[in-house]
Amino acid sequence: MTVTTRTLPRFGGFSLGMIALELRRLMRNKRTVVFTLVLPAVFFLLFGTSSQYKSERVGGGNVTGYVLVSMAVYGAMLATTSGGAMVSIERAAGWSRQLRLTPLRPAAYVATKITLAMIIGAVSVAVAFAVGALSGARLPASAWVLCALLAWVCALVFAAFGLFMGYLLPSENVMQILGPVLAVLSFAGGLFVPVDDLGHTFATIAKFTPVYGVGELARAPLTHDGNLWLAAVNVVVWTALFAAGAVWRFRRDTARV
Amino acid sequence: MGGMTLTASPDLTTAPAAVELDGVVKRFGAVTAVDGVSLTIRPGEVVALLGPNGAGKTTTVDMLLGLQRPTDGAVRVYGRAPHEAVALGLVAAVMQTGALLKDYTVAETVRLTAVLFGRTRAEAQAALRRAGLADVANRLVGKCSGGQQQRLRFAMALLPDPELLILDEPTTGMDVAGRHEFWSAIRQDTARGRTVIFATHYLEEADAYADRVVFVRRGRVVADGTAAEVKAMASGRTVRATLPGAAESQLLAVPGVDRAEVRGDTVLLHGGDSDEIARYLLTRTAAHDLEITSRNLEDAFLALTAEDPA
Ligand SMILES: Nc1ncnc2c1ncn2[C@@H]1O[C@H](COP(=O)(O)OP(=O)(O)OP(=O)(O)O)[C@@H](O)[C@H]1O
Ligand SMILES: [Mg+2]
Repeated sequence: MTVTTRTLPRFGGFSLGMIALELRRLMRNKRTVVFTLVLPAVFFLLFGTSSQYKSERVGGGNVTGYVLVSMAVYGAMLATTSGGAMVSIERAAGWSRQLRLTPLRPAAYVATKITLAMIIGAVSVAVAFAVGALSGARLPASAWVLCALLAWVCALVFAAFGLFMGYLLPSENVMQILGPVLAVLSFAGGLFVPVDDLGHTFATIAKFTPVYGVGELARAPLTHDGNLWLAAVNVVVWTALFAAGAVWRFRRDTARV
Repeated sequence: MGGMTLTASPDLTTAPAAVELDGVVKRFGAVTAVDGVSLTIRPGEVVALLGPNGAGKTTTVDMLLGLQRPTDGAVRVYGRAPHEAVALGLVAAVMQTGALLKDYTVAETVRLTAVLFGRTRAEAQAALRRAGLADVANRLVGKCSGGQQQRLRFAMALLPDPELLILDEPTTGMDVAGRHEFWSAIRQDTARGRTVIFATHYLEEADAYADRVVFVRRGRVVADGTAAEVKAMASGRTVRATLPGAAESQLLAVPGVDRAEVRGDTVLLHGGDSDEIARYLLTRTAAHDLEITSRNLEDAFLALTAEDPA
């Protein structure tokens, strides 16, 4: 037992080993798997694959492809939110306290959670797109890649949202609260029905909700329309707001020590 | 050769204390949980922290682990700030509550701890075996018994091979056999020179396993001594007698008396051999109305940790 040979880990304890173990644990949770991987694909099959949708054209593809991108965004969003919200469960279980007795720095812990959120987000998008490709979705070749990438990258908004909520609500069942919230936001953001079908007033309000920008951006390579600047500003502002909220709660959490 | 003397290994007087608490105060709003505790614990000591509910044991432990910041005073662990000592693996703990994830398996929990401390898979396996968890390695933590979960916490705490191990009521909720097994493991471990601080309500645990016992009450240290001293203090008897006009200094000179108290005409003499004290009082003084009562560790604990009447 020598005091002098002890060293701190690199990157504040952020490591692939931890990410691998955490992923394995996440995949063990049936509810997470169903909600993030199965549900969006099922919604797509239910709502997007009628023969009418398959033949109706949108941009360089079909309506089925349009619905697919929306559902992929929905899945990515559920996945990244639940990734961020893991914090809440771990705080409630006292696990965060246990982690504080290790060299893992709080910032490295948050970075790990964001990485996990983005990994399951990517898997969710990949599953949805694979199901779509096999079920009649048509997109221009470049849009298969670009839509998927945009759906995934923009879901970072919801990783921040999940973290914020995770620090705000110390609860074992945080996703039972956030699931319905996300459904409402998705509806308002035009993932289930185009916002223009909602009536003028509602459509105007919808453009300021956090899901709207992500949906518009992700579908842009297919539709080539919509106000992309407005959508980009929407994504950036909401990410900043949720990240600020997460940082604020995170600071309080570590200050109380 | 002159350089050798300058780089000589640190001697015992300059080596940092395992724990150094200096006038530590912790307040939560109006509640003062720890009220000016100063304590030095040397490397290799096994110290029991005894006290009633709410005495401030967990709060003190939290400050040693960097989980709470003292309102006032200084805390050093092996000469470092607590959070630094924790990150370096110098100090580890088995906590009083929680701290496990139900949907990890036992093996994964230990492996994660190993990853965080930069230890190998083989070291994680060894920790599992040492804690007697090899048989349940692939079981989900949520499906493990309370005793198994406690052993898991113990395995995690030992992974960084800490210089100082802190146990906050480690055997609460365990049956007698479980407690015995747990303490055998700790005893084997401390034989190798680890410093251990444990908070407990079980007096027999303090008696059996600690070199030093620290009694706390309402955030203050009310007694601090070796287990032997506490035992001597606790295991003797008290001879009570009526003896007007006695002075404490005279009474302390009575053979066999280690503590004496005068309450008006009544004197209370405490010592290991009450027969000798009684014989002396009856034959050599005017004392009468003798009464002999025994005090055990329990009484000492109650006396030392009781609330003030005021
Ligand atoms: N976070 C907190 N906020 C407010 N009061 C607190 C907090 N933590 C502890 N206390 C109070 O501080 C006092 C000391 O509590 P502590 O948990 O340290 O006692 P303890 O000796 O560990 O007791 P026990 O034997 O019941 O575990 C108690 O009065 C408790 O209510
Ligand atoms: Mg306690």
